[in-house]
Amino acid sequence: MKTHGIVAEFSSPATLLEAATRIREAGYTRYDCHSPFPIHGMDSAMGLGRSPVGFIVGGMALLGASVGFSLQSWVNLSAYPLVISGKPVFSWQAFIIVTFALFVLFGAFGAVFGMLRLNRLPRLHHPMFFSETLSKATDDGFLVSVDADDPRFDEDETRSFLVSIGAEHIELVRGDV
Amino acid sequence: MSVNTTTIKSTTASTVLEEAPLVQGGLTFQGITEKISGIVERKTPSLWWLLFGMALSGTLVLAGSIGWLVYEGTGIWGLNNPVGWGWAIVNFVFWVGIGHAGTLISAILFLLRQRWRTAINRFAEAMTIVAVICAGIFPAIHVGRIWIAYYMFPLPNQMDLWPNFRSPLLWDVFAVGTYFTVSFLFWFVGLVPDLATFRDRAKTKIKRFVFGALSLGWRGGNRQWRHYELSYLMLAGLATPLVLSVHSVVSTDFATSLIPGWHTTIFPPYFVAGAIFSGFAMVMSLAVIARRVFRLENLITIDHLEKMNKIILVTGSMVGYAYITEFFIAWYSGNIYEVFAFVNRGFGNYAWAYWIMFLCNVITPQLFWFRKFRRSIPIMFILSIFVNIGMWFERFVITVTSLSRDFLPSSWAYYSPTTWDVLTFVGSFGLFFTLFLLFLRFLPMISMSEVKGVMPEADPHHAHAGEHHGGTS
Repeated sequence: MKTHGIVAEFSSPATLLEAATRIREAGYTRYDCHSPFPIHGMDSAMGLGRSPVGFIVGGMALLGASVGFSLQSWVNLSAYPLVISGKPVFSWQAFIIVTFALFVLFGAFGAVFGMLRLNRLPRLHHPMFFSETLSKATDDGFLVSVDADDPRFDEDETRSFLVSIGAEHIELVRGDV
Repeated sequence: MSVNTTTIKSTTASTVLEEAPLVQGGLTFQGITEKISGIVERKTPSLWWLLFGMALSGTLVLAGSIGWLVYEGTGIWGLNNPVGWGWAIVNFVFWVGIGHAGTLISAILFLLRQRWRTAINRFAEAMTIVAVICAGIFPAIHVGRIWIAYYMFPLPNQMDLWPNFRSPLLWDVFAVGTYFTVSFLFWFVGLVPDLATFRDRAKTKIKRFVFGALSLGWRGGNRQWRHYELSYLMLAGLATPLVLSVHSVVSTDFATSLIPGWHTTIFPPYFVAGAIFSGFAMVMSLAVIARRVFRLENLITIDHLEKMNKIILVTGSMVGYAYITEFFIAWYSGNIYEVFAFVNRGFGNYAWAYWIMFLCNVITPQLFWFRKFRRSIPIMFILSIFVNIGMWFERFVITVTSLSRDFLPSSWAYYSPTTWDVLTFVGSFGLFFTLFLLFLRFLPMISMSEVKGVMPEADPHHAHAGEHHGGTS
């Protein structure tokens, strides 16, 4: 059976936050802190910057707005110009609502699918799912997972390091994909 | 002595200013998981089957009514000149309005950091989605020839025809379509961590696979939460102007026409306030029942309900203000036709509908000025039902009274619905409850991850957290 990493359990959000800082300082890069809800301050404890999701949303929203506006302009100016109620063919004021709707729609697609892409989701399986304790992270557990492919990873050394920073339960994650 | 007085003063001040905890009854993180998952995991209660059976019969009534409509045509409804917009439009606006509470709670209250929203947002969002589905049926079926309803979308076709982008009815297609999609995405993104909880608790292989697929492989790691949280914030930011725009666009269906009583600039804000008002009332009616049936008193506390009642009071008063302003402006404009339209609303053929609306929307909600009534379950339940009724009548009054007394007195007529109008509307409630009951049965009705996140224990700087520190710090 292949070793995929180590999962260690901590007792509270505060200890997990503390552990995150320690693990980062020890030079680990491929680890994650799992919790049932996002913990305030965890991004800086793990040394992670601001998520780039915002740029994806902004780009997509602007794309949506331009698609909306140009579709309406093209339809009215070139594809099928038709005077209705004596309004000008290019009545841009009337196009704003559909433009806005598509701005929001594309932006929302950007927010959801951009987030999923950045998280490498959806996926049906992940090596860490071989762990028996990780499932606590969706209930009331505060856990750290260290991937076996982290350059600093060593079964015994990592284990004793995690114990030294207050881990309460350590599990070696093994399984065959 | 003086020290003592200060202490007493400061404690009284803090007890007054401090909010009651959002989660009561000493529930732990695990307690919340058990409570919410337990509702879905236990054997289906017979009450659920009873209600589901009733709701499903309603859905069949809807299906039958629509079937007959498609076969026979819109002549089965009470529509005739000059009232060409009857119950179908009334019901559409009614359901879309109800569908506003969910996204308001999830988006606007999220941006305003109203943490009490976590107890009711999932539930209200599900209600929104279901209400918008019910709403969407009416414009789709009232086009008459349903088989070409896709003409509403800008699809290339062999006749090279395009929809009229200058028409508010087309704006509606985009506004409501976007609203449904964004509300659905928002709801689903919120569900993912809870679906992962269900996956991890699943006992059978099928459940593990279904929830495993639906939770998309969520692991609850901070590298995921980081993108997730910002994505959720972005969705809230996008949904906030959207929720305010949708009913504004719906109101332009009326406001951009020339019918007296419709052609007013007050419509967009007035419609939005009414939508939030009716939506909160529907959330209240459902929450009071669900709280009782599923024993959720510790999560949906009386404080939560009181806050919702305050919103009902505020939006109800805004609606009342709009009703009165309409009369004032009609008089102040000096336009006799405008004056006639409004006097006719209050004292004409449909005065009964107007006063039902006024009583239910403006007068009875004023009881919520009193704390005792805001915190009384029977009172709030009855008042919320009143608001639901009143808001349906508001749309009826706006749509029908204006049309039935249009420009030429020779064409004036009294509109009455037929049995098919009634059956279609009743059937839409059947569909609403069918879908909502399915949601209650199969999905977490309260957001577990968000409720846990607003508990004091979730804050890493929480006072009691120190005792777990051990030797590490």
